[in-house]
Amino acid sequence: MPLLSRALQALAVALLVGVSTFAMMRALPGDAAWRIAAGRYGYDNVDAAAAASVRAELGLDGPALPALLQWLGDLFRLDFGVSLVSGQPVAAELAHQLGASLQLALAAVALSLLIGPPLGVAAGLRPGGALDRALLVAATAFRATPQFLLALVLIVLVSVELGWLPAAGHGAARHVILPSLALALGLAATSARIARDATTEIAATAFWRFAEFKGLSRGQVLWRHGLRNVAVPLLTLLGLQFVTLVEGVVVVETIFGWPGIGHALVHAIFARDVPVVQGAALMLGLGFVAVNAAIDIALRRIDPRGAA
Amino acid sequence: MRPSLTISLAVAALLLAPLSSLADATLRVAAPFEIVSPDPTVSGSIFTRMGVAETLVEVDAEGRLTPGLATAWEVSADGLTWRFAIRDGVAFHDGTPLTAAATAGALEIARAKPGLLDRAPITAIAAGDGAVVVTLSAPFAALPAFLAEYRSQILAPASYGADGAATSVIGTGPYRIETLTPPQSLTATAHAGYWGPAPTIADVAYTAVGRAETRALMAESGDAEFVYALDPATVTRLRGSDEVTVHAAPIPRSLLLKVNAAHPFLDSAEARRALSLAIDRQGLAQAVLRYPEGADQLFPPSVAGWHSDALEPLAHDPDEARRLLAGLGWTPGADGVLERDGRRFELTLTTYPDRPELPLAAAVLEQMFRAVGVALTIDSTNSSEIPARHAAGTLELGLLARNFALVPDPIGTILQDYAPTGDWGAMGWENAAFVDLANRIARGEAGAAARAEAAAILQADLPVIPIAWYQQTLAASNRVAGAAIDPWERSFGLSAIRWAD
Repeated sequence: MPLLSRALQALAVALLVGVSTFAMMRALPGDAAWRIAAGRYGYDNVDAAAAASVRAELGLDGPALPALLQWLGDLFRLDFGVSLVSGQPVAAELAHQLGASLQLALAAVALSLLIGPPLGVAAGLRPGGALDRALLVAATAFRATPQFLLALVLIVLVSVELGWLPAAGHGAARHVILPSLALALGLAATSARIARDATTEIAATAFWRFAEFKGLSRGQVLWRHGLRNVAVPLLTLLGLQFVTLVEGVVVVETIFGWPGIGHALVHAIFARDVPVVQGAALMLGLGFVAVNAAIDIALRRIDPRGAA
Repeated sequence: MRPSLTISLAVAALLLAPLSSLADATLRVAAPFEIVSPDPTVSGSIFTRMGVAETLVEVDAEGRLTPGLATAWEVSADGLTWRFAIRDGVAFHDGTPLTAAATAGALEIARAKPGLLDRAPITAIAAGDGAVVVTLSAPFAALPAFLAEYRSQILAPASYGADGAATSVIGTGPYRIETLTPPQSLTATAHAGYWGPAPTIADVAYTAVGRAETRALMAESGDAEFVYALDPATVTRLRGSDEVTVHAAPIPRSLLLKVNAAHPFLDSAEARRALSLAIDRQGLAQAVLRYPEGADQLFPPSVAGWHSDALEPLAHDPDEARRLLAGLGWTPGADGVLERDGRRFELTLTTYPDRPELPLAAAVLEQMFRAVGVALTIDSTNSSEIPARHAAGTLELGLLARNFALVPDPIGTILQDYAPTGDWGAMGWENAAFVDLANRIARGEAGAAARAEAAAILQADLPVIPIAWYQQTLAASNRVAGAAIDPWERSFGLSAIRWAD
């Protein structure tokens, strides 16, 4: 019953995310009515009158518990409410933003898989070689560099110095490359290390030596017996990397002016747009459950030994 | 890090090669303002700046009101009825004509929303014969200036939904919106039936980019020709660039210290003047804001009529500050902090990090005040705490930035902030002479002499302590000519921009 347990897990995540974002937004300092008014009308136009009109319109003075129960009730009817700032339905806004973020995240994962594992496998086949040592340094450097810095360095290098790609923006295909690369390099750093370690481990096994002994070339051994084994820890890692990805999306989207869910979340927190914060956090939480469920299923297909 | 970087760059190069140089003929604008909604009260400033929507009254660079969608206006002898003659031959972007009825309808919708027109003493806005007639309950001289503000923009009747919120932006401006993608972008093209001179560059695009670093890099990499609002560090760097020209212009926004004039330490003009004398404005402006100089009075030179060269400039003189404080009975304690009747001269300065320069400026002020024996505790918190503590009477000092000319006539802001007190202005301050002057100016009964007198009261009594005047900055690509900053921040002036030869 893995699907049922995953469904229950999703429900628990939804409840937990909903309640904790609600509590956190309530606990933030400052008067929400002023922040919402600033988000709507701009900082220069906020005064007691504008805040009072927002407060009256949204009923912000009401007690917390009924507001939370109301939100949960709406949620079970799949109603995310309307944004306090733009007045648009949250579901419509999120659908638009989620699309932009998915585009970015998928491009980043694809790029990281193109960069990381091939290099890792190549390094793992010759542990201690020049590539292995260089990769260790590079992976450490990229993993340790904050995405914020990496993104700016990429813009300076690729956009300003080389003039190859636009520094920021959204819409054309070329806009996706730099932000996804900024995300991918950090992800690739980890996946390269995992692939490298898995490869050295596999290459040291008896079945690998036997395959070589029976006359298969190194490439053939890797293709027939190696990659499937390397894929198992890599896939598991991919599930974990979703967290890094979400974190990165928030930072990278802000720098590149990418209209995704991370960007929306940051703005919504500033403007105390609670329905948008809850909706966005919920999407990310459920996304985590969905990705992990998908990876579980994929792992079972690749390595059926675990399925009892 | 060579292998991954090389491969990544190679991948990037392969992917981008056939796609570069998209739409070279489009003038691209990058600015920090997000498009939240099509509604004028929410994101209307973007639509007027981009030349999509227009107002009845326009403003020239000196702040004088000029005809816009209204060709002329007049007020009745009692000051209660204004007539704005509507320009003939103007068409909205959907082809419908601009009529007095459509104009009055748009203004009534604007008046029903919180913000601007609901603050003016308007009783009705109606369509007359080729004119919009505004009836007031009290004389209000700043009405034409209010009608020049972005929230008073005139959209076609088809723009508004049933609840009065705009669902699309059908304006009358030189540019017509082609795509509007909140929160980030819009594209627009020249409106063929525009009543004024046609824009030179037909296609324009707007992108909201929140981070100043990113905007600066877009200017450097040639991804935007018109990049608005730069951070101080970037301005210094971009000034050395061959690709862009940096423009800077003073805007009617002041950095000021809000003072609780009812606080026992601060309830005399001498005490407030002592704090003012402790501030090295030039040093602070150069170090924190990278401007050449600070403010020597509340209103910057661009606020004509209110800025006065005749006022004695606010100066930096810590010795005089100490003398004034000693005269008020303060004596230095063991650690140098002043004491009086067993109480130390300690104050809390409330500010907010939404404008990143504010906490920095607060830290500099802490040092400068400490030098004259006043100890500050900085509370950098939510901006709403300033009005909240104002209302509760617990605010001591507040450091904030205030725009005096959202409306091209500062009287609206002055009434709201200083007659007698306001959320972003004076606190615990009572000056009947000032309130009387402000009310007479607002009714149109007093002129230049009254404004000069009012400015002199603010300078002498210091209900707020001015520190610096802001500048707006723009990086314009050298591929275009004619870019300039509108000191009233109403327009990007795109229709006057052309490609450089």
